[in-house]
Amino acid sequence: MSQPSMSEALRGVIRRDLLLAMRHRSDVAMSVFFVVIVASLFPLGVGPEPAVLRTIASGVLWVTALLACLLSLGRLFTADYLDGVLEQTLLIPQPLAVLVVGKVFAHWVISGLPVVLLSPLLGLQFGLGGDSLAVLTLSLLLGTPTLSMIGAIGAALTLGLRGSGFLVALLVLPLFVPVLIFGAGAVTNSLAGIGSEANLSLLGACFLLSLAFAPWATAVALRIALE
Amino acid sequence: MQQWGSLTEFWAMGGYGLYVWTSFGATALCMVWEVLAVWRRHASAAAESRDVS
Amino acid sequence: MGINWFKYSSPQTFHPLAGRMIPWFSAAALVLIGVGLYIGFFVAPTDFQQGDAYRIIFVHVPAAWMSMFLYVIMAAWAGLGLGLNARPSFMMAQAIAPTGAMFTFLALLTGAMWGKPTWGAWWVWDARLTSELILLFQYIGIILLRASIDDLRRADRASAVLALVGVVNVPIIYFSVRWWNTLHQGASVSMTASPKMATTMVTAMLVMTLGLWMYSIAVTLARMRCVIVERERQPSWGKNSSIQEVAEAR
Repeated sequence: MSQPSMSEALRGVIRRDLLLAMRHRSDVAMSVFFVVIVASLFPLGVGPEPAVLRTIASGVLWVTALLACLLSLGRLFTADYLDGVLEQTLLIPQPLAVLVVGKVFAHWVISGLPVVLLSPLLGLQFGLGGDSLAVLTLSLLLGTPTLSMIGAIGAALTLGLRGSGFLVALLVLPLFVPVLIFGAGAVTNSLAGIGSEANLSLLGACFLLSLAFAPWATAVALRIALE
Repeated sequence: MQQWGSLTEFWAMGGYGLYVWTSFGATALCMVWEVLAVWRRHASAAAESRDVS
Repeated sequence: MGINWFKYSSPQTFHPLAGRMIPWFSAAALVLIGVGLYIGFFVAPTDFQQGDAYRIIFVHVPAAWMSMFLYVIMAAWAGLGLGLNARPSFMMAQAIAPTGAMFTFLALLTGAMWGKPTWGAWWVWDARLTSELILLFQYIGIILLRASIDDLRRADRASAVLALVGVVNVPIIYFSVRWWNTLHQGASVSMTASPKMATTMVTAMLVMTLGLWMYSIAVTLARMRCVIVERERQPSWGKNSSIQEVAEAR
């Protein structure tokens, strides 16, 4: 039997993870409901005045999406780690970094993409208008996969550790900051009438950079955690 | 060279004494504390290794 | 702190060697800090705009520089450890981290002390302070990650990876915040706008920085000795060495 190619391995990983997720559809719902609830807390906290809400919208929605990503990282490797599949994955001849990309992509489809699709509705809750809604969605579309890829490094480093939930947050949140600045900045600029192209381009650059380096770093971290 | 008229003036730092001395004081405190902490750490580490051996 | 030494010397050899070096670096630190403080308080003139509050820069700037410098050095040792699979390199990185974190904290504290009388605000979200804050989080993350992993080898390598990943992050944050600030007119006053500095001021700052650097080396070497003795108790990297030898080598 011939060796599967890299792209076949990639597709295999994605297909497997998505199939497993389909059996636990509640995982998708969890991310969505988390974002909805948390985003609703802010108007309850600061008051319903539209002008105020519009001012805080970009930051609040972006931080909420960021926290949702952070919380979902626990599910990225843990299940496979606990039933021994992860160790087997390390033995596969295909480059581990490629397999990581597959896992992160599947994870993003489950946890990140729903948030992106939901964001226009949340934006409306905060009084964002047409253009800003589009920018919000686009920024999250570029940003959430980036966050997932960067977050994977933290998830790999803290694999199997006690108290890893908080630890992952502490390790990964500093790394999230640039994406947050550019992402929220894009929406803020759009609201202010300034162009968001620069921010969105920078977000795109962050995405490409993380795609180039994060899976490799994650692979290194996985090997360290499992040897 | 000696630009301070008196010790009181030196202490007051032109009205900014609180900020200046908090800064230098905190820095000195931290550095002294760090030295003591490392010294203590070595003492207990050496003591424990002596107990084990 | 030459690289050659680490390739060939074992922790047992390094322990007494460090012990002999510490007094020299400590003395150098005391002298330089003493001279720096003297120049800073008795030679440098009162600033025209900021009054005597500006003298805080004689600890603030050196602390900030050290915090960044130590992080890079720590990351370099971490990278060396990963590349050469050399335990002493990881131990060096472990020894540097707490001192770096301390200076980061001091840079933030003294920065606030400087900012309040000078610009009226304890804190502003300008590029320098924000990236310094993130640097503190990164130091703490590295220290906590190491503390959370029981297996010594995994702890070494995981914190090394984290240190390296973080090296890239700080410049990125610095430039992103600076860029973000330029778009928001009036959002912040840049605390980096320093007054035109008299030569004596610059001299005092540089001397203090050198002094803190000597101090850092001394403390790092001392902490390294602690790490050596502590690790000899744990047979994790597969090396068998006599604890008696190490304790007596002091």
